[in-house]
Amino acid sequence: MTALQHVRFGAFYAVHLPQPDDFSFWRERARQLVQCDVPPDRVAWLEPGANGNLFAKGESRLPTPPADARAVRASKAFVQAAQTAICHADPARFDLLYRLLWRLQGNPRVLEDRADNDVRRLDELTRQVRRDIHKMRAFVRFRVVPPDPDAMGRETHEHYIAWFEPEHHILRNNAGFFTRRFAGMRWSILTPQGSLHWDGETLCEGPPALKADAPAGDAMEELWRRYYASIFNPARLKIGAMLKEMPRKYWKNMPETALIADLVAGAQGREAAMVAAGTVDMGERPETLAAIDRAIHACRKCPIGLLENRAVMGEGPPGAPLMIVGEQPGDQEDLAGKPFVGPAGQLLDRHLERAGIDRQAAYVTNGVKHFKFVMRGKRRLHQSPTAKEIDTCRWWLEGERALVKPKVVLALGASAARSLLGRTASIARERGRPHALDDGSELWITAHPSYLLRLEGAAQEEQERLFAADLAAVAGRLAELVE
Amino acid sequence: MTHPTVIEKLAVLADAAKYDASCASSGTTKRSSKGVKGGIGSTEGMGICHSYAPDGRCISLLKILLTNHCIFDCHYCINRKSSNVARARFTPQEVADLTMAFYRRNYIEGLFLSSGIVKSADHTMEQLVETARILRHEHQFRGYIHLKTIPEASPELVHQAGLLADRVSINVELPTDSGLTRLAPDKNARQIEGAMGGMKMAIAQARDEKKRFRHAPTFAPAGQSTQMIVGADGASDADIVGKASRLYDGFRLRRVYYSAFSPIPDASAVLPLKRPPLIREHRLYQSDWLMRFYGYSAQEVVQATDSMGNLPLDIDPKLAWALKFREHFPVDVNRCSREMLLRVPGLGTRAVGQILASRRHRTLRLEDVGKLTVSVAKVRPFIVTCDWRPTLLTDRADLRAMLAPKAEQLELFAA
Repeated sequence: MTALQHVRFGAFYAVHLPQPDDFSFWRERARQLVQCDVPPDRVAWLEPGANGNLFAKGESRLPTPPADARAVRASKAFVQAAQTAICHADPARFDLLYRLLWRLQGNPRVLEDRADNDVRRLDELTRQVRRDIHKMRAFVRFRVVPPDPDAMGRETHEHYIAWFEPEHHILRNNAGFFTRRFAGMRWSILTPQGSLHWDGETLCEGPPALKADAPAGDAMEELWRRYYASIFNPARLKIGAMLKEMPRKYWKNMPETALIADLVAGAQGREAAMVAAGTVDMGERPETLAAIDRAIHACRKCPIGLLENRAVMGEGPPGAPLMIVGEQPGDQEDLAGKPFVGPAGQLLDRHLERAGIDRQAAYVTNGVKHFKFVMRGKRRLHQSPTAKEIDTCRWWLEGERALVKPKVVLALGASAARSLLGRTASIARERGRPHALDDGSELWITAHPSYLLRLEGAAQEEQERLFAADLAAVAGRLAELVE
Repeated sequence: MTHPTVIEKLAVLADAAKYDASCASSGTTKRSSKGVKGGIGSTEGMGICHSYAPDGRCISLLKILLTNHCIFDCHYCINRKSSNVARARFTPQEVADLTMAFYRRNYIEGLFLSSGIVKSADHTMEQLVETARILRHEHQFRGYIHLKTIPEASPELVHQAGLLADRVSINVELPTDSGLTRLAPDKNARQIEGAMGGMKMAIAQARDEKKRFRHAPTFAPAGQSTQMIVGADGASDADIVGKASRLYDGFRLRRVYYSAFSPIPDASAVLPLKRPPLIREHRLYQSDWLMRFYGYSAQEVVQATDSMGNLPLDIDPKLAWALKFREHFPVDVNRCSREMLLRVPGLGTRAVGQILASRRHRTLRLEDVGKLTVSVAKVRPFIVTCDWRPTLLTDRADLRAMLAPKAEQLELFAA
C-alpha cells in the first residue's frame, strides 16, 4: 500500500499557521504531508494575516498518513537551520523549508551542497535572522520608569521598558537571552508584533504595542550620549564601517545616534586643529641678542604673552662661559624688567657668591620669557608654565644659547631643565652630574631657589646643602673648562 | 573650586581612554544572572557591540580610565604627566555605579577599566581591583570585565585582578625596545614581558586546576591581550608582525591589537605630527588574520613586504603574497588541499569550507565558485575549475594593476 492512496490525486492543501514563528506546528504538518507524499508544489503555507493567494482555497484538512508510513528523515543541521529560518519575514520561508525537507528524503546530504540554490537561500535566511537577533540584543535600549507604590500601597521595583522594531519574527526567540541577562530586573520589551514582560521570576507575552507606550526618555541617556561623543576619535573617521554594522534603520530608537551628524561634521576640523596646535610657526630667528630682546616683547605665540606683563630678556656678557637659566620672571622681575632680582634672585646671589661664581660674568636668563600669573585680589600669583608653553618659548632660549655660546649651562628647576632637554626631567635623579647638550656644552640641573624658599626646617637645610653642592660642582667644572 | 560632576568626569576619562583599541567582549565562559538573587548580567561567548561610533569602532564596553593623572611621561600618551589635558578622577564606587546604570539600560556588555598611574603602581592596581570587586560582589554583576593590569604592580594584586576579570591585558606599547626606551622612558620592556609571562602561567595553572576540581576559581577566562602603537616610532611592518608573532607564541595571547598612532591634543614635540594612514593598521590586522586563521607563518607574511619591510597599502597582504609567489598558482578548486585554498586571494575561511563541502557533491564550475565568494573576478586568476583555466593570467606583468582596487574618493555618509 503506498501513501498515495490516502491523497486525493492532484489535491492542493493549505496550511494556516497560528503564529508566524511556530516551528513545532510547521514540523508536525510538514511531517504529516511528507508521509502522505504530498509534493512541495501542492502545499501552500499561510501565516496569520497573510493575503489569500491562488492556493488559499486548497484543502485545509490534511490527509492522515498511513500507519506504516516511513519515518521522516531530517538531519540535525536542517532542524537547527529551519528553527532559525522560520523566524524570517519572507512569506516563502515555509515553502522553502518544506521543499528542502522533501528533498532530504531522497538525499540526506542535500545541505552539504553549498552551491545548491535552495541551500544557499536557507543559508541566507538563517544568517539574516541571526543578524536580526544579534542586533536586537545589541540595540534594545531600556528606559526606566521609577518605582511607584502600587494600588495596594506596596513598593514596586523600577520598571525598565524598551521599544524595538525587529525586522523578523525574533521576539520570542530572543526572550531567553534577555531573561538570562536581566534576571534581577523588572523589564518589558515592546514591539509592533508583540511584547515580553519579565517581573524577576516569570516571563509573559503581551499584545503588540505602540512606540508611545514606552517612556520617551531617561535621565541616564545624557551621560550615555556624552560617553558616545567622548569615546569617538575624530582623527579616524570611518563612516562606512559604522553604517555597515549599525544601519540607519536602527537609529531611530537609539539615543546616541542623534549626535552622529555633528560629530562627523566637526571631525575634520578637530583633527586639523590638533595638528595645527602642534606646530607654532616662529619665523626667522633673530641674529643678535638685541633683536631677540625686541622680538620677545612682541611674542604672542602662547597664552602667557597675552597677559598683562612684559618680556624679560636675559642679561650678561655675550660669550659668558656660564649660562644660568631659571623658569620665568616673577612679579618683581616683571616690574624691573631684569631676571632674578626678587627674593629667589637674592638667595641665588648668596649661593653663587659662596660657591665663588661671579654673577656678573655669567649670562642669566629664563626658559620662559613672560611672567605667568593669576590675579588674587591685588596680588599677581605665580603660575607654572605648561609643558607646551615651555616648548614654545624654547625657541628664544635656543637663540640666546646660539649667540652666547656658554660652555656650561645651569638649569634651575624642572621647567628650565625641560626647556633645555625638551623632555621632563626629574631633578632628584638627574642633578649632580653633567648632561651633554647637542651644541657640545654641558648641562647641570639643580633645584630652583624659590623651592628652597618654600621649605622649612630640616628639609630646607637639606635642600640648601644639595643646592650648594651642585653650585660648587658647577664652579669646579667651570674652572676646568675655562683654563 | 567646585567639584566636577560625574558627567564632566566621564567626558574627560572616556576621552582619555579612546586610544585603547580593544573593545572585545568575547571568548569568555558562559554565565547568566538567573538564579542569582538580584543578579544582573550574562556572557554568552560571543561579544555584542552595542553601538558604533563614526570612527567605525564598536562600542561594546564602558571604556574609561579610573583617573588620567599619571606620574609617567610617555610621549605618545595623551595622559603623560607633562601633557596639558584636563584631569579628573573617579572613585571605584562611581565607576561601578555608572557601569551598572549603563548595563541595566543595555548600553554595554561590561567594563573595560584602565588607569593612569597615581601615587604608585600598587595603589593604582588596588583601585582597579576594588572597582571589579564592588561590581562582582556588591552588585552581583555577571557581565564582562576587562582590567588593564600594570606591569609594575605586585603579583598578588595582579592575581586578584585575574580572579575578578574576564580578560586582563598589559600593553607592550611599541614594537621595538629602542622605541620604548625613547618614547616611554619610565617603562621597561623586560618588566612588561615578565608580567605577561607571569599572567600566562597563572592562566594556564587555573585552567589546569579547573579540569581537576569543579570549584576551582576561574582566572581570566577570556585570556590576556595586548596593544601596540603603529606609526609613532620607525618600526616597519616586518618588525611589528615579527613582534606580534613572538607575543602570540611566547605568551599565549588571545589578541594583539594595533592602534594607529593618532594626533593627540597637546602632543609631545618628539612625535610625528601627522598620523600614519589608517589603512596601515588595517593591513596589519589582515596580516594578523593570515597568521591566526589562514596558516601563514610570520616569515611568510614578512615575505609579502617590500624592501623597507612594509606591507603594500593598495592591496591586501594575501594578494601581495600570491603575486610574489605566482608559481603556487593557479590551484584546482576541485582537487587541492584546504591549506592551498586558504591561500587563494579572495577566498575566506567560510568560502573555503563551503567549497570543500560542495565538491563532494559536484564538480565545481566557475559559476559555482562565484556563488560562494564575494568577487569571482578577484579569485579567477588564481584558480582552475572544470570549465575555467586562467591562460597565462598569473604570468601577466600587469596583474597587480588589474586586481588592485581603483583609487576613489570616499563619500561622506556613503551607505
